[in-house]
Amino acid sequence: MTLLAERPGVVQEPGGPDHGHGPTGILRWLTSTDHKVIGKSYLITSIVFFLFAGVMAVLMRTQLASPDSTIVSQHTYNELFTMHGSLMLYLFAGPFAFGGLANYMVPLQVGAPDMAFPRLNALSYWLYLGGGLTMIGGFLTVGGAADFGWVAYAPLSNAVNSPGAGPDMWIVSLILTGFSAIFTGVNICATVFYLRAPGMTMFRVPIFTWNMVVTGILILIAFPVLTAAMVMLWCDRHLGTHIYTVSGGGVPVLWQNLFWFFGHPEVYILALPYFGMVTEILPVFSRKPVFGYRGMVFATITIGALSTSVWAHHMFTTGVVLLPFFSLMSYMIAVPTGIKFFNWIGTMWRGSLKFDTPMLFAVGFLVVFLFGGVTGVFLASPPIDFATHDTYFVVAHFHEVLFGSAVFAGFAGLSYWYPKMFGRMLRESLGKASFWFMFVGFWVTFLPQYLLGLHGMPRRIAEYSASTGWTTLNRVSTAGAYILFLAVAIMVVNFYVSWRRPIHASGNPWDGHTLEWATTSPPPPHNFFRLPPVRSERPLWDFNHPEHTTRAHEAEHEGGTPSRRGTRATGGGADGAR
Amino acid sequence: MRNESRLLLVVSLFGAVIGVLFWAVGLSPVYATITSGGTIMLGAVCLLGLLPGYYYHWWSRRMSPRSEDDPEATPESGAGVVGVFPGTSIWPFVLGMSALLVCLSLVFGFWTAIFGFSLAIAAVVGVILESRRGGAI
Amino acid sequence: MLLGGALVLGGCNAPTFGAFRGATTQGRDEFRLWVGFAITGLAVAAIVWGLIFWTVIRHRRRGSDAIPRQFHENVPLEIVYTTLPFVIVLVLFYFTVVTENRIDAVSASPSEVVHVLGFRWGWSFTYDSGTGRYQGVQIATAAQPKVLAQPATSSQYPQLVLPLGETTRIVLTSADVIHGFYVPAFNFSRYAQPGVVNRFDFTPTTTGVFRGQCSQFCGLYHSEMLFSVRVVSRADFARWLATEQASQAQTGSGATS
Ligand code: HEM
Ligand SMILES: [Cu+2]
Ligand SMILES: [Cu+2]
Repeated sequence: MTLLAERPGVVQEPGGPDHGHGPTGILRWLTSTDHKVIGKSYLITSIVFFLFAGVMAVLMRTQLASPDSTIVSQHTYNELFTMHGSLMLYLFAGPFAFGGLANYMVPLQVGAPDMAFPRLNALSYWLYLGGGLTMIGGFLTVGGAADFGWVAYAPLSNAVNSPGAGPDMWIVSLILTGFSAIFTGVNICATVFYLRAPGMTMFRVPIFTWNMVVTGILILIAFPVLTAAMVMLWCDRHLGTHIYTVSGGGVPVLWQNLFWFFGHPEVYILALPYFGMVTEILPVFSRKPVFGYRGMVFATITIGALSTSVWAHHMFTTGVVLLPFFSLMSYMIAVPTGIKFFNWIGTMWRGSLKFDTPMLFAVGFLVVFLFGGVTGVFLASPPIDFATHDTYFVVAHFHEVLFGSAVFAGFAGLSYWYPKMFGRMLRESLGKASFWFMFVGFWVTFLPQYLLGLHGMPRRIAEYSASTGWTTLNRVSTAGAYILFLAVAIMVVNFYVSWRRPIHASGNPWDGHTLEWATTSPPPPHNFFRLPPVRSERPLWDFNHPEHTTRAHEAEHEGGTPSRRGTRATGGGADGAR
Repeated sequence: MRNESRLLLVVSLFGAVIGVLFWAVGLSPVYATITSGGTIMLGAVCLLGLLPGYYYHWWSRRMSPRSEDDPEATPESGAGVVGVFPGTSIWPFVLGMSALLVCLSLVFGFWTAIFGFSLAIAAVVGVILESRRGGAI
Repeated sequence: MLLGGALVLGGCNAPTFGAFRGATTQGRDEFRLWVGFAITGLAVAAIVWGLIFWTVIRHRRRGSDAIPRQFHENVPLEIVYTTLPFVIVLVLFYFTVVTENRIDAVSASPSEVVHVLGFRWGWSFTYDSGTGRYQGVQIATAAQPKVLAQPATSSQYPQLVLPLGETTRIVLTSADVIHGFYVPAFNFSRYAQPGVVNRFDFTPTTTGVFRGQCSQFCGLYHSEMLFSVRVVSRADFARWLATEQASQAQTGSGATS
């Protein structure tokens, strides 16, 4: 069955052209090419992986709560942190953002009927699911799952040091999910480039979508390198090549260079979508336009570009990288990130801030990510990195940025768009409770880890002796992890409650700004019955509040002179000029 | 289309500039012994931006103006058929599973690849027939 | 920032912000940089947090549903907050490079040279015989890793002995996978990598025993890959070396303690 998607005119009766038949239940899940169905599948799958990885984290923290702990064996601990890190990064944080929320929202935000390549989109999901199950499947093999850390440094990851099927399944999993990510990246870029609504110039595209475009390009830059590195690793393991081994004339550091050439852009692949979510939420709950739209776009592009040239800041202690070059490039990323922070504050400044769950999580993200960013600048200084590399200082730093993005901003985005995707509201009380537990639990878990790192506790150790004096701080950190567990549990209860006792959501419950709120919740097949005219980056706001458009307000406050700023307020200056 | 092509060309330019810089700094005797592949990878970034970027640039000068690039366009101006979108299809699933089987042969030996490639052929045939029936790709 | 600068110079009496003060000259250089960074970083964080909390408290919606003014940019302000971080970062970079050059500088004539080899799962420290003064004293980990971590100073793990106030060159490499040669109290770590030889100097400034540990994950018993560093006076060092040399000459091999 093939459908011609018609772009709606001004008004078209709901229920218009006859689609919406088709298989239901499991067959629908297997055969749908609708970005909304695929997006939801991605979301649910990635959240399940998140819960898996969360349980592993709590297990690890339980192990570390006391010295000389033997709750899990050394071998199991090594599997746990490897799988925790791999699941969180490869199977949760990324796919949740670009496969889940972006898949669902990008077409809606640009006013498109679907992704540009719906069948490719479905293929992405199946590769992701297959890859994810393969990775988890490693636990079922004889030697256990991969246990060389999520970075799989050579030569530890070769056939001699890490024999068995588990590591091979880990490699296969990354090849599969890598292709899945690449296809999604292509799809998102093509959708935004080719399927935007009339009047939606590139500089009127919502910031979330902008960030997804840059993320898509980063995926195209980074993931092929990862896949190539993985294939070579497999060759080393099985075909007797010596690409990463010294004995055969290979270069082990090559692995690190390749991996981090993927790995650092990956970090921004995991961050930019979440920056975008926050940039959608803050204006809506402040009832103001985003402050410095163009600054935001340029900051995103700059971050994306710079992220390709900082990879070796993860390799300062190898002694074989250009320290000043990578240090300077890493510092430079702080500048666009700073711009974003000030723009976020500017967006809230003198707004009318309403703290519903999404807004709470979004502000939580700002508070948490800021500290992670600051400690990131510390680590960009090679001397400080020498002292803290591979210690809990780094663990605390990257959890602050990753947990800040993927969980705080991720939950912000999820609770913001939940009404749109499922047509029902989440409970505010549960959402707020979840936030406060998470916010407190977060600091209790990760602040002590900074101190532990400074006291010399290396990462990835399954046990420590009491003589180190690390016990108390570790206890506190573990207590925090339990609080975090509770916070996530409350969120899951929230989903469950909304599933069993739905509260109906209207099409636009938050007084949203962008096109996804201009249709029903959830949207019909091919998304829109009608589109409002697009005259700025917040078409729906302009439509609902014609007397409060940016342009109207500025004219009023500047004595009505049609200033240069007045024209730029439409956000169409660049394209309009030609 | 202009802005889209510029975005990609900026990526390309950045790859080129940083690539040259990285290569040049690496020439200094202090770092001359370092092998990292960095210059090659940055060169690849340059190409990755250049190919689609230049294509868009080339195309943007030949295509008729699009309503999404027109800041004054109304919803009516873009009404009509946007494109052809497939309805449901089982073949992405089949293709996904075939890829899974092919890749698993890297772990379990080549026999899974046999099933994998058979499924892949089935999927390709299936998609083509499906598109034929639908009257368009 | 100014305060930070002052403390960077003042060094010694500054609060530590959780870090070690550094028991080598190199470690102290790092510590001074750390203090500067910590102060700058905390100040920046405090300011931005302050702005966030201020906005959040001051501008929360109270009853009235009035729509606020829809301003959306302020170009001069945006330029200011683009340049300001840029300048801060350049200053940080300057101090970074200065410190990094001091820490990475290797002396032309170190008074001792120690070859450190990381292997799964232990270390060996071989005192250079190339100077003609000593006969390659070697201290290495026993073959079998212990299953529960002991204190790093336990006699199970090898000990690196360094003379106080003199520069010792460490020549670091690995026999198998990558390890991390990490001495927290020296504020320093460096990878031990197969096929790569890293050279760096320690100039200890305090006597004492310091724990050391492998910091880069290297497989099953990574948590057990401990060692310690003992800094002693020149005289004690010479005495220790002589004893070690004599006993190793007797047994005919590197002592494994
Ligand atoms: C639910 C709260 C979480 C807790 C309590 C937690 C705890 C931990 C622990 C105990 C480790 C092992 C540290 C070590 O032994 O070196 C770890 C490693 C790691 N975590 Fe988490 N984590 C949490 C959430 C996350 C999230 C949300 C992400 C990313 C999106 C993440 C990414 C990682 C990564 C990449 C590693 C490194 C794995 C490796 O060393 O190879 N974690 N975490
Ligand atoms: Cu990085
Ligand atoms: Cu180790």
